[in-house]
Amino acid sequence: MGARLFRVLAVPVILILLWQGFSMLGYVRPAILPSPVAIIERLWLYLLPGQSFAESTGVLDWLQSSELLSDMFASLHRVVLGFVVGAGLALPLGLLMGTDRRVEGLLDPLVQFLRPIPPIAYIPLAILWFGLGDPPAIFLIAIGAFFPVLINTITGVRNVDSIYVRAATNLGAGRMTMFRRVILPAATPYILTGMRIGIGTAFIVVIVAEMIAVNSGLGYRILEAREYLWSDKVIAGMIAIGTLGLAIDVGVNRLNNHLLRWHRGIES
Amino acid sequence: MSNMFPSPTPSQDETTRLPQVRAVGVNKIFGREPGAVTALKDIDLEIAAGEFVCLLGPSGCGKSTLLNAIAGFALPTSGTLEVCGKPITAPGPDRGMVFQEYALFPWMTVEQNVAFGLEIRGLSKVQIAEAVDRLLETLGLREFRRRYPKDLSGGMRQRVAIARVLALDPPIMLMDEPFGALDALTRRSLQDELLRLWQAVGKTIVFVTHSIEEAVYLGSRVVILTYRPGTIKRDIRIELPYPRDSNSAAFNEIKKELAQMVHAEHDRFALDERQGLTLD
Ligand SMILES: Nc1ncnc2c1ncn2[C@@H]1O[C@H](COP(=O)(O)OP(=O)(O)OP(=O)(O)O)[C@@H](O)[C@H]1O
Ligand SMILES: [Mg+2]
Repeated sequence: MGARLFRVLAVPVILILLWQGFSMLGYVRPAILPSPVAIIERLWLYLLPGQSFAESTGVLDWLQSSELLSDMFASLHRVVLGFVVGAGLALPLGLLMGTDRRVEGLLDPLVQFLRPIPPIAYIPLAILWFGLGDPPAIFLIAIGAFFPVLINTITGVRNVDSIYVRAATNLGAGRMTMFRRVILPAATPYILTGMRIGIGTAFIVVIVAEMIAVNSGLGYRILEAREYLWSDKVIAGMIAIGTLGLAIDVGVNRLNNHLLRWHRGIES
Repeated sequence: MSNMFPSPTPSQDETTRLPQVRAVGVNKIFGREPGAVTALKDIDLEIAAGEFVCLLGPSGCGKSTLLNAIAGFALPTSGTLEVCGKPITAPGPDRGMVFQEYALFPWMTVEQNVAFGLEIRGLSKVQIAEAVDRLLETLGLREFRRRYPKDLSGGMRQRVAIARVLALDPPIMLMDEPFGALDALTRRSLQDELLRLWQAVGKTIVFVTHSIEEAVYLGSRVVILTYRPGTIKRDIRIELPYPRDSNSAAFNEIKKELAQMVHAEHDRFALDERQGLTLD
């Protein structure tokens, strides 16, 4: 345990110590690259709630008065909303395109054409259509989540082993049962992979969207900090973005493992 | 021709009832000329209720094709194929299929797999629970009921596949090399269980195998198919009483006799080792 912890932490700790040393010796200007200690101090200030805890307003208000937490909440909120919209449209469409060749034939050319356009390229249109604020951000995030979920759902349905369909037919399954209890679960490994990629894309897009279209969230905050030349806060914000991204990925991974507990993994 | 194998003449009570499965001049051709494969050619076959018919033949001779046609998955190119006097047009719950590759639903636990067909049939929760309990008990799966297929051995999986089909109580069971991938001991114990079930509930079983030993151990009748095109070479009644002793002289005599017929077929096409038949 101790040895393992050492192996994991050795390189980062050495690098941070070196960095701190150089900063203290004055080799780098703080405005270009602040020292680790300064960043941690700034992160702490960023996290600290702005108001003291009061019974009357409750814990939630108190937590929200922390700039960092309210930024994280704002970004997460947008990711979830945008993801729900994007994946919510992509999933049924993907299921339909995966099962119905005709629908697939009609829509596939359009999908193939739109798919390579990065969500970022929709920014001007998004602002033209929705103005500033949350709507264009949600729109961009939804586009980011839409295509990975769509493509993976189609592939998942396509790859359902026909032996399951035969077995279910033999046991008397009709169209609805086949769809709900055979095709959908058989395709879940692919669908969940698509969702994982989709939520990752959504997280990238939310940062960009916040830099451009809204006045809150982690993406907005680091751009704002740059205007004041607070490079320590920029890096503190980046650390927060990384932590939130990691937390989302771990959470989604846990959920996947639970939903796919029946699936024969690589290790078994 | 040996007089050890009387040709299957229907006994008194069999003539009075319709054959459960009837094939007349069944052909199945895959693909188009040139390069079309005649998998089945002029198959005439009548299977009476309560028979245990083993389809025996080398790999690729069309055993699965015939079984799939009876199951209704892939209809014949020409000819008549009937179940209980009605032409086969689609899969039906009267013909339960146990697949070569088990085909359990991996996202369902053992009990969910077994309950699946009953739920579709619209039975009440209580009825389903009772039926599932009984089947799991019969097949020795009780302790494994909440496991997923990935956590079962091959023998266990095959038991679940059998239980899943038995749940619907089909009069006809179609089994495609169900024990092919099992070790000898597991295989024998499942064969014995299958025989017990067959004798207890009186089902008609069509059982595909390429093991001569297995065919002689199980079948009340063995149908030998030829390779390319798949035709019926011999149709033999095995009169040995159950349970059969695979070490007895009579058993081995029959086995040898069948092996000669099958190997004659084998040599005719000089099939390679992969497609060969095994004696055990
Ligand atoms: N869908 C298909 N398209 C073309 N040819 C096929 C198809 N299915 C089967 N065949 C051919 O038909 C022949 C019979 O196949 P079948 O699967 O019935 O053999 P089998 O007796 O079950 O063999 P095995 O013991 O290996 O399972 C084979 O030569 C095979 O190549
Ligand atoms: Mg086969």
